Amino acid sequence: MHQTTYHRASSVSEAVKLLNDADDGKYVAGGQTLIPTMKQRLAAPSDLVDLRHIADLKGIEVSGDKVKIGAAATHAEVAENAALAKACPALCHLATHIGDPHVRHMGTIGGSIANNDPAADYPAALLALAATVHTNKREISADDFFVDLFETALEDDEIITAVSFTVPEKAGYGKFPNPASRYALTGVFVARRADGVRAAVTGAGENGVFRAEAIEKALSSSFDASALDGVTIPADGLMTDIHASAEYRANLIAVMAKRAVQAANG
Amino acid sequence: MGIEGIGARVARKEDKRFLTGLGRYVDDMVVPGMKHAVFVRSPHAHAAIKSIDTKKAKAMPGIIGVLTGAELKTDGIGNLICGWMIHSKDGTPMKMGAYSGLATDRVRYVGEAVAVVVAETRGQARDAAEAVEIDYEEMPAVTDAVKALEKGAPQLHPEAENNLIYDWEIGDASAVDQALDGAAHVTRMKLVNNRLVPNAMEPRAALGHYDKAEDHFTLWTTSQNPHVARLVMSAFYNVAPENKLRVIAPDVGGGFGSKIYVYPEEIVCLWASKKTGVPVKWVADRTESFLTDAHGRDHHTEVSLGFDADNRMVALKVDTIANFGGYMSLFSSCVPTYLYATLLSGQYAIPAIHCNVRAVYTNTAPVDAYRGAGRPEATYLLERTVETAARELGVSPADLRRKNFIREFPYQTPVIMNYDAGDYEASLDAAMREADYAGFPARRDEAKKRGKLRGIGMSCYIEACGIAPSQAVGSLGAGVGLWESAEVRVNAAGTIEVLTGSHSHGQGHETTFAQVVASRFGVPLEQVSIVHGDTDKVQMGMGTYGSRSGAVGASAIVKALDKVEAKAKKIAAHLLEADESDIVIENGEAKVAGTDRTLPWFQVALAAYTAHNLPEGMEPGLKEGAFYDPTNFTFPAGCYIAEVEVDPETGHTDVVQFVASDDFGNIINPLIVEGQVHGGLAQGIGQALLEGCHYDPTSGQLVTASYMDYTMPRAGDLPSFQVSTTNTPCPGNPLGVKGCGEAGAIGSPPAIINAITDAIGNNDLSMPATPQKVWAAMRRNQ
Ligand SMILES: Cc1cc2nc3c(=O)[nH]c(=O)nc-3n(C[C@H](O)[C@H](O)[C@H](O)COP(=O)(O)OP(=O)(O)OC[C@H]3O[C@@H](n4cnc5c(N)ncnc54)[C@H](O)[C@@H]3O)c2cc1C
Repeated sequence: MHQTTYHRASSVSEAVKLLNDADDGKYVAGGQTLIPTMKQRLAAPSDLVDLRHIADLKGIEVSGDKVKIGAAATHAEVAENAALAKACPALCHLATHIGDPHVRHMGTIGGSIANNDPAADYPAALLALAATVHTNKREISADDFFVDLFETALEDDEIITAVSFTVPEKAGYGKFPNPASRYALTGVFVARRADGVRAAVTGAGENGVFRAEAIEKALSSSFDASALDGVTIPADGLMTDIHASAEYRANLIAVMAKRAVQAANG
Repeated sequence: MGIEGIGARVARKEDKRFLTGLGRYVDDMVVPGMKHAVFVRSPHAHAAIKSIDTKKAKAMPGIIGVLTGAELKTDGIGNLICGWMIHSKDGTPMKMGAYSGLATDRVRYVGEAVAVVVAETRGQARDAAEAVEIDYEEMPAVTDAVKALEKGAPQLHPEAENNLIYDWEIGDASAVDQALDGAAHVTRMKLVNNRLVPNAMEPRAALGHYDKAEDHFTLWTTSQNPHVARLVMSAFYNVAPENKLRVIAPDVGGGFGSKIYVYPEEIVCLWASKKTGVPVKWVADRTESFLTDAHGRDHHTEVSLGFDADNRMVALKVDTIANFGGYMSLFSSCVPTYLYATLLSGQYAIPAIHCNVRAVYTNTAPVDAYRGAGRPEATYLLERTVETAARELGVSPADLRRKNFIREFPYQTPVIMNYDAGDYEASLDAAMREADYAGFPARRDEAKKRGKLRGIGMSCYIEACGIAPSQAVGSLGAGVGLWESAEVRVNAAGTIEVLTGSHSHGQGHETTFAQVVASRFGVPLEQVSIVHGDTDKVQMGMGTYGSRSGAVGASAIVKALDKVEAKAKKIAAHLLEADESDIVIENGEAKVAGTDRTLPWFQVALAAYTAHNLPEGMEPGLKEGAFYDPTNFTFPAGCYIAEVEVDPETGHTDVVQFVASDDFGNIINPLIVEGQVHGGLAQGIGQALLEGCHYDPTSGQLVTASYMDYTMPRAGDLPSFQVSTTNTPCPGNPLGVKGCGEAGAIGSPPAIINAITDAIGNNDLSMPATPQKVWAAMRRNQ
C-alpha cells in the first residue's frame, strides 16, 4: 500500500470538505473493496475520508410500506434487522450471503452500490425493488444509478446517504456463488409489486446489473416458478470468464430466477 | 502402549503455541539493523531484457541498495541446480537451461525475479522496486506443455531443443504392445492432471544476515529441509562454505513440498546482506506466493489398460507429457519419473507396464513436488482407468479390483518397486462396509426424488513413502542420500532432548517423536523435547517430505535410543550390582527383572554425568547419535469411497459422504494420523473439485493469482470424513510404520471424479470438476 492519510468525518458536510481539501482523496466506508485495491497498489489515494461514523448515514428504518437503509449500514446489520426481516426478508437473506463474517461486519450497502462491482449482490436487489438512491445532492432511481461496470451516476464528491424502497408484495433472491470469491457468479432478484414484476440479474451481464425482460414477462402472467419453464435466456451480452461461459450463465439466470421465485413464494 | 506412549491419542504439544499466536515464524525474527527486501519481478511471461536502469530507484528515500543479476554473476554466485539427473531413453542427460537467481538477459515466466531492492522499510523498497526501469522486448509465450512440443512453438532455452528436457521411459515397451494387441479388452483414456498452487498458510520468507566480525552467514528461512538448503547453497551456489553458513527453519506454516526447494530469494537475501552490510529480510505477499512458489502436477497423459477374457489385467501403457515451467526446480526431474511411473502398478498384478515421459519447458512458474508428488498423478490415471474399465466390461468396480489385487508379498512390480507388505482386500472390505456400499442404490433413488443425481466412486491407491534407500536412489540419479539422523541427549537430571534431521511444518513431530522416546523409558512426555530445524544444533539431516519422517526420521531416533538404552543398562547393572541382561528400563526406572531392586531413571542419568561410579573404562555421559538409511520404500495403501450429489440444473457437486480406509502400518499417534488424513483429503478434494491454476494461453499471465479466482477448499465444501485404518506392519523399519502425510491427497481425486461421472453418466470430465464443467458434461449427454 502507498502512504495515505486517514480522516474520520463526523458529518456529511465535513466529509465533503475533507475530500475537496485533499490532493487526491477518496471516501472509505467498510474498506472491503477499497483497501484490497490499495494493497494491490491499483489505487493510491492521498487521503481517505471515513464515512462510517457519520450518524446521518446509520440506521435502518421501516415505517409502513417504506424502507430506508442508511448508506453506512453494514451487511450484518441488514442481515439481522428484525423489522426488515418482516418487510423484505429477501434483502436480509441476500446480505447473509455476502462474503464472510468479517466482510459482512465491515462492508456497507453504500460502499457496495457506489462500487457497482458487476458481481455484487445489492445492485440486483436495488434494481428489482425499484429503489431510490439518496445522496447529499439528489435522489437517483436505481434504473439511472447503475451505469456500467464499476460505474455509477455518482459525481466525484457525491455521498450516498441512504437507499429507500417501497415494501414489495413478494421478493426473492437466487444466488449461485463464484466458487472462489463467493461473489455472485449469477444472482437474480425478483420482486412483485403493485405495478408489476421486476427481475434483475447480477454477476452475468457484460455491462453489469440488468433487468431480465423475458423473466419479468413470464412472471407477470403468473408469479410461480413453473411460469419460467421453457423460458430461455440468450447468451448474447453475458460475460465469459474462467469460471463460467456466457451459455452457462444464461442457464444459471433461468435456474436462479426459478429459485428466487420459489423463495419469494416461501 | 500407555497413555502417552506409542499408539496413544495424545493432543499435539506444539498446538498450544500455534493456537495462541505464540509460534515463531521467519517474519517474527528481528535482527538489529535489519532492513527489508522487495523483488522486482517480470510482468511478462517471455521477454528479452534489453537493459536495467536502477539509477532512479537508488535515489529514492530509504534505499540501501538495488542489486541485479549481473552483480550476482560477478560475485560468483552459481546458477540454481536440479538435484536429480535423469537420462533420456537415447542415453543423453537431461537438458537443463541456465537458471540464475536474478534474471540477466531473459525472463521466462511472470513473476521471475530480476532485481532486488533493499530499503529501510518495506514500503520504501516497494516504491523503489516500481522505479527500477527495465526495458523488455516481449517474445511469444507458450504455457501448455503439449503445445510447447509442437513445431514452431516459442523456444525457451537454447540448451533444450523443442523445449524438451528429457524423453524418458521405463518398462518393456514391446511386451506391453504385444499384450495389448492380444488383449480381449483395452480401456483407453486421455487424462489431464491439473496444475495446482501449493498455498501454504505461511508465505515463503527469508532473512539473511552476514556477520562481518565472524565472516559468517545466518539464514532464517521457510524450509522443510534446512540442511539440504545449506548443502546446496554451499556446494553449488558459492554463497558460503558450510562451516560459515547456519540455516534455521523455525516454525514453518505448512509446506506441502513447496518449501523443499532452495529458491532465488534465499540465495539473494544472503548475498545481499553481505553486499549491503545489513541483515536483509524478505517476506512474500500472497500474490508472490501464487506467482513464484513451485507449482504442482500439470500432466497430460494417454493410457491404455488391457484385460484378458477373464478380466485380468495384462498390460498398462502410459504416455505422459509433464509441464516443468520456465526452469527446472530442485527436485522437479524425479517427480514425473521415479516418484510417478514406479507406482503405476497400483495395487494390481500387471505383468507388463511401460511408461514414457516427456518433460517440457513452458512460460509458467517452475513445477516440482507437491503433496504426493508423482503418486497422485499415477493413482489418478490408474484409478480412473480401472473404474472406466469396470463400466465398459459391465462388472462391479470392486470386483474388478479384487480380481486383480496383488495378494502375495514381497511383490516385484515391473517398474522397480518391490512391495513389502499389504492387504488390499482388507482396506476395500473395510471401506465398503463403512460406506454401506450395498445400500447405495436406495440412497441414489432417494436423492432422485429430491432432484439430485447421486453417484458413488472408489479409488484404491498405493504410494511409496519412507523416502528413501540412499544407494537405490543414487543409482537412479539422485544427487543426495535419503537417510535420516538423530541424536538422543539424556541430560544429567534425566530429561531428554532429541535432535532430529526431520523438520516439522505441521506434522506434529514434537509430539509423535516424543511419544517414541517416552515409550522407550516410560518417562513423562513433557520430559522429552524435540530439537529440529537448525544446522547449528542438528549436525545433518535430510528434512521432511515424501512421508519420510516416521519411517526414516523416527527410525533413526529408535537406533539412537537403542544405543542409549544399552549404555543406560550397563550403568544400571553396575549400580544395582546385577547382570546387564537382567536389567529392564520401564515406567521411568531401571530394575532388575524379577526383583524389587530399582533405580529411578534420573539416577541412571545422573550417574552417567557425575561419573563417580561407572563401569570400568566407560566414558561419562549419556548421549548417542545414529544415522538410519532405509532398505526399501514403505508402501501405504488404502481404499477411498466417495458419494456425491450433483444438482442437474447447475452442475454443482456436493460431496455427501467420504470414507477412507488406510493401511499405514503401525501408528504412533492415531489423532495426528487422522489429522493428516483429513488435511490430505481436503487437498485432494480441492484438486478434484475446486483448484485449477490457469494461465492465459496467449499472454502467459496467471489468471488465478488470488483467492478471488483460485478456489481453495473451505470447511463447507467438505463432508465429515469417515476415516479408519487397517494394519499390515511395515517389515522394513523398527517401528513398523509406513507414513500417512500424503495418502489423502493421493487417493481422493479419482474417487471424487469416479463418483461424479457415475452420477451424471458421462465419463468425459476433467479436474477440477467445477459446476460449469459438470453442467457442460451433462449437456453433452443430451
Ligand atoms: C472476501 C470478500 C468477499 C466479498 N464477497 C462479496 C459478495 O459475496 N457479494 C458482494 O456483493 N460483495 C462482496 N464483497 C464486497 C463487499 O460487499 C464490500 O463491502 C463492498 O463491495 C464495498 O463496501 P465497503 O463499505 O467496504 O466500501 P469501501 O471498500 O470502503 O468503498 C468502496 C468504494 O465505494 C466508495 N464509497 C463507499 N461508501 C460510499 C458512500 N456512502 N458514498 C459514496 N461512495 C462511497 C468508496 O470511495 C470506494 O470507491 C466481498 C469483499 C471481500 C473482501
